[in-house]
Amino acid sequence: MPAYTLKIRRYLPESGDAPHWQDFEVELDGHRSVLEGILKVKGEQDGSVGIRCSCRAAICGSCAVRINGKPMLACNTHLEHAAERSADDGAIVVEPMGNMPVIKDLIVDMDAVHWKKIERVTPWLLPEGDPPEREYVVPHENMVDITQSMACIQCGACVSDCLSMEVDPLFIGPAALAKAYRFVGDPRDGQHYERLKDLAEDPHGIYDCTHCFNCIDACPKGVAPMSQIMRLRRIAGSDHGIDDRNNGHRHVMAFVENIERNGLLHEADLLPDSYGGKFHPRAVPELVDSLPVVVRGLMRRKVTPRKALLHPHRKDYKGLRRLFEKVEGREERVELNLYISGHEDDPAEAEKEAQP
Amino acid sequence: MKVAYWPGCVSRGFTPELHGAMAKVAPLLDIELLELDRAACCGAGVIAEHNQELADTLNARTFALAQQTDGELMMNICSTCQGSMSECQERLDASSDYRRHINGNLGDEGLRYARGVVNKNLAWLLVEEIGLDELRSRVKRPLENLKVGPFYGCYIVRPTERLGIDSANPRDTYLHRIIEALGGTVIDYAGAYKCCGFPIITMNKEASLKQAGRHLSDAVDADADCLVTPCPLCHLNLDLQQPLAERVVGREIGMPVLHLPQLLGLALGLDPGELGLARHVVKPTSVIDWSNAVVGAAAG
Repeated sequence: MPAYTLKIRRYLPESGDAPHWQDFEVELDGHRSVLEGILKVKGEQDGSVGIRCSCRAAICGSCAVRINGKPMLACNTHLEHAAERSADDGAIVVEPMGNMPVIKDLIVDMDAVHWKKIERVTPWLLPEGDPPEREYVVPHENMVDITQSMACIQCGACVSDCLSMEVDPLFIGPAALAKAYRFVGDPRDGQHYERLKDLAEDPHGIYDCTHCFNCIDACPKGVAPMSQIMRLRRIAGSDHGIDDRNNGHRHVMAFVENIERNGLLHEADLLPDSYGGKFHPRAVPELVDSLPVVVRGLMRRKVTPRKALLHPHRKDYKGLRRLFEKVEGREERVELNLYISGHEDDPAEAEKEAQP
Repeated sequence: MKVAYWPGCVSRGFTPELHGAMAKVAPLLDIELLELDRAACCGAGVIAEHNQELADTLNARTFALAQQTDGELMMNICSTCQGSMSECQERLDASSDYRRHINGNLGDEGLRYARGVVNKNLAWLLVEEIGLDELRSRVKRPLENLKVGPFYGCYIVRPTERLGIDSANPRDTYLHRIIEALGGTVIDYAGAYKCCGFPIITMNKEASLKQAGRHLSDAVDADADCLVTPCPLCHLNLDLQQPLAERVVGREIGMPVLHLPQLLGLALGLDPGELGLARHVVKPTSVIDWSNAVVGAAAG
C-alpha cells in the first residue's frame, strides 16, 4: 500500500506556542481521501490533531482546509491527486482556511467570520402582500437560476481565499453575497430594491469585490460567487438605477460611456467621471489626491498633455455608437446564463459554420 | 508566424511602453503583428457588469476582425483582455442561437464571428507556439543573476477551467518558465497569483493600494530585483501607484515592475531605452546593471 506524507500545520492559540509544521506518514490507497488520511493520523498516531468533519461525502461542508495552498474539502480530495500537486517534495501540505481565526490546528472559527457575514444579508425570504391561497409558483428558469446559489454548503472555502477580505476584513464576502443573490433572484421575495440598496451603499458591500475569481475556483459546488456578485451589481445599477456612495455604479457607467465615445478606454476621463465629473465636489479631493500620480505620469512621458486631452483613436470608432444604441436600447437585457442553458451548441451547426 | 494582434487599451494609453516594447520584440521572435486597429475595448469585465450582451458584442466584433486577417491566431498582451475575452467567448461558443443573435448586432458593419477563435496571451504563445527551446536559442543577453518575481495577477490564471489550464497546458507556470528560459532566477513570493487591487481603486482606494503594497513588499522581502507582469492594469497599480501604495503600507518599496515584452527584449539584446524602461515610475534602470548580461543590483 502506498505511503503518503501529510504535512499538517499545528497551532493551539492558548498554548502560547507559535504555529509549526508536523509530518505524518500514512499508508492508504491513493483513492482514499485526505480526510481519511488525517483521521488515520488522529486515530493511530496523534489524537490531538484538530479537524472538523462529519458527512465525509462532500455535502456537510465541515472539512474545508487548504491543501497544497488551495481551499478544498478534505473529504473529496484523493490522496494521490493531492500528492501529485504537491509543491513540497510529494508531501501533502494541509493548513487551516484563511481569513478566519484558528481555534485549533485545522479548525477555524466560522462563527466569528463566515456566519456573521451570512446573517448580515438577511438570509431568508421576505415576501410582500398576502400569501397565495396555495403554493407560490416560481417560473422554472428562475428556480434553476437560484439553485446555483442554493447549492452552497457553507464550507467557507471561498471566504478562506477571498483576496478582498484579506485586505478588508469587513468585506461582506463571496459566500454571503452569493446568498444575497439567492433572494434577489427569487421572484417570491418582495424586498429586492431594499436588499440591493443596502448592499450597494455598504462600503464593504458589492463594490468591494476585486474580480479576482478566487472564489469561483475555490467553490467545490460550482456556486461561482463572483458571478453572483456581478449580477447583483448589474441588477442594482442597471435595473434599479442605484447610485451608491462608493462610486461603484458611477464608475461602471463612466467606463461604458467612455468606450461608447472613444472605442478604446481614455483613462484621463475615467477617473474624474467615476466621481461624477471633473468639477463635481466629490471628484475634487480625489483628483487632488491623484495629482502626484498624474504629474509622475507626465514626467515619465507615459502621458502627454495632448493625449490626456484628445483621444488619438476617436475617429476610428464612429460605427460603435450605433452598436451601443442598439444593444442598450433593448427593453430587456439579453443574457445567456450558462448555468441554466449549459453548453448547448449543436456540433453539426458549429461544423457548418467552420466551412468557409 | 503571423498573428492578429490585439494590444488592448492601456498598452496604448497609460502604459505606452508596453505596446512599444512588443513592437520591438516581435521581429526578434519572427512574429508578424497584424494590428486590429478598429477593434474596441474588451470591457475589462466592467461592461459585462453593466450589460453582458454589450460586452459579448464588442468582443465578438474583435474576434470577427481577427478572423478577417490571415493571422494563424489572435494574440493579446493584456491579461485582463485575455480573461474578459475568454469569458465572452465561452458564452459565444456555447450556443449557436446566442451567436446568431450577437452576430445580428454586427451585421451593420458586415462582420460575423464564427465559433472557435484562438486567442492567446503573449505568454501562452511563447510557450505553446514558439517553444521555450526556441526562445532560449535566441537569447543574446541572458538575465544572469537577475532575480525576477512573476506577477500573474488574476485574469490570466482564473477561473482555471475557462482559461484552459490543465496538466497538458500548465499556463499558471508559464511566467516562471519564461523567466528561466531567459536565464533569470525565479523568486517565489506570496503575491504571485494575487490581485493587484486595481479594479477597486475608485471604490475602495485603501484596500486597493494595500493589495498592491503587500505584494510588492512580499517581493522585496523575498529579495526580488524586479517583478514581471503580463497585465498592464496590474502595472498601473504596482508601478504608477507604487508611491501611494508605499504610503498605505508604511514602508519604502522601490520595486521595479517590468512588462513581459520588456523582459523578453532585455534578454533578446535590446537597449533598455528602446524598451521604454525609463518611462516607469520606479525606474528599473536604477537597480539593474545592463552590461553584456543583465544583472540585478544586489548581485552586480
